[in-house]
Amino acid sequence: MNTLPLKATGVTKSFGGGFDYWRLLPWRRSGDGKRGPVRVLDNVSFEIRRGEIYGLIGANGSGKSTLVRILSTLLLSDEGEVRIFGLDVVQESMKVRSLINRVSADPSFFRNMSALENLLFFGRVYGLSPRTVKRLVPGILERLGFEWARALEPMSHLSRGQQQKIAVARCFLTSPVLMLLDEPTTGLDPRSKRDVQAFIQDVRREHDATILLTTHDMEEAELLCDRISFLAGGSIVAEGTPVELRQMVASGRPLESINMETVFMELTGRSIEEDEQPEGVMVSG
Amino acid sequence: MANIAERIALPARYGRANLIWAFVERQTNMWKRYWAWELCWLVYGVVNTLAITFIAEQVEQAGIAGGKDVSSLVLFLLLGTLVWAYLSAVLDDISLVVTWERWEGTIEHTLMAPVPRSLHLIGMAIFGVLHAIVRTLLIFAIAVPFFTVELGQADWFSAAVVLAVGSVSVAGLGILAGVLPLLYPERGTQMSFMIQAALLLVSGVYYSVDVLPAWLRVFAYISPATYILDGIRGAVIDGQGVADIQGALWTLLLFGVLLVPGSIAVFAVAERWAKKTGRLKRQG
Repeated sequence: MNTLPLKATGVTKSFGGGFDYWRLLPWRRSGDGKRGPVRVLDNVSFEIRRGEIYGLIGANGSGKSTLVRILSTLLLSDEGEVRIFGLDVVQESMKVRSLINRVSADPSFFRNMSALENLLFFGRVYGLSPRTVKRLVPGILERLGFEWARALEPMSHLSRGQQQKIAVARCFLTSPVLMLLDEPTTGLDPRSKRDVQAFIQDVRREHDATILLTTHDMEEAELLCDRISFLAGGSIVAEGTPVELRQMVASGRPLESINMETVFMELTGRSIEEDEQPEGVMVSG
Repeated sequence: MANIAERIALPARYGRANLIWAFVERQTNMWKRYWAWELCWLVYGVVNTLAITFIAEQVEQAGIAGGKDVSSLVLFLLLGTLVWAYLSAVLDDISLVVTWERWEGTIEHTLMAPVPRSLHLIGMAIFGVLHAIVRTLLIFAIAVPFFTVELGQADWFSAAVVLAVGSVSVAGLGILAGVLPLLYPERGTQMSFMIQAALLLVSGVYYSVDVLPAWLRVFAYISPATYILDGIRGAVIDGQGVADIQGALWTLLLFGVLLVPGSIAVFAVAERWAKKTGRLKRQG
């Protein structure tokens, strides 16, 4: 079995572009009936090494979340291949799912269930008995700076930062060998952000986990990531360690005088704050 | 590498029953938290049962029929509304499998879990059946004292067998209806209600299917609800035993054998298409 935790080759994804059958109706017959596809990912290739924290940086709409959804087996790419520990994410999706877990910017919980009930459910579907979940959860929450008593309250009673800590706990609880952290600290207050970042560093130090981190927070990327790639317009435009990326744009300037935001702007030709095309297209129901 | 192999094997080692039970337990926890909704549905169910069954009393008062005929009509309508309350609760719980996840915002995390979709859907179906039994029994207990009904002749075992066998095919229908919210994130839920409405029309819930026009009666024959209602009415009103209603039972069994694997297969195809078109996310 290939030991590379993640290898993406030529991943391409477009949304839309199908024939609009509604246009066959006489009263809706304007235009040629074709909706142009929006290419969200364009020939994306990268590898993540074992035990590495790999940062994927891009503005909103650059294709980060689409890529994470492909890695999570929730979206099929049009072209290209993704292998996780040598397993194809499409053909062997059930095995891949056992190896990964994810934290997204939106905590995504059953709002009226308690944090513990949520964790019991998500633990069970990953093959953990309730007894194991109850044994592991207090320790994980303590390390995240989350008061155990509050785990018995409905999720809707918790603050955004507390919910996100539960999301990190859910991910860590299942001991994934590849963690997909999709903007895990977006919208958090500074203290919660520090708690989550410290926890990510602990996880990497103490466990055999490989981490893909998507973010548009340059400081966070530099603090946590071993290697970083910049995603712009659906393509990876640069990849390297923070030092290597600085060297790409240095042109004789001292490296310490160049911040990562400048590196991003010079390599991608756009600001990290600048929105790109919306990810995906509206799918009518 | 051992760690990788162990991780892959973990959900399977945990056992299918445990994976199925995860969904039953989760839905039970949600049900407890949404108790006010449950109360609303219970009140709705009781009021609906009473409103329909009182039509039989009106028939007597208007002098259209009387005596034993009215008693039979009361029981006919009462059973129709109760069975419909049961069937619609099962269909709701199963067909909203995707809608619930999307509404709560958990669709991506649930669908990326290493659980075969068939076990996920079976778990939802088991909860749906248990939930519907509790709700229908409560409606029955509250509604029955309002009417004078003769239940001495009823063969309750036979009725329970019909309900158990019939629930399998209804679960299949629920899974099939659940495909619609997967394909059409905005309108799919309403479309699945359309299936329920069609079943209500053709299955003889409040009237015998014999009153339907011939072309509509064809649909009655392919609705499992028709056979469930026939079987239960036969068992409760006429006291028929399992042997007497075996025709309905065999038909329901056939529906179940075809519908459950068939609907799971259709769901799998729809899920793949939803993955292709990016519909497996919270906001359509």
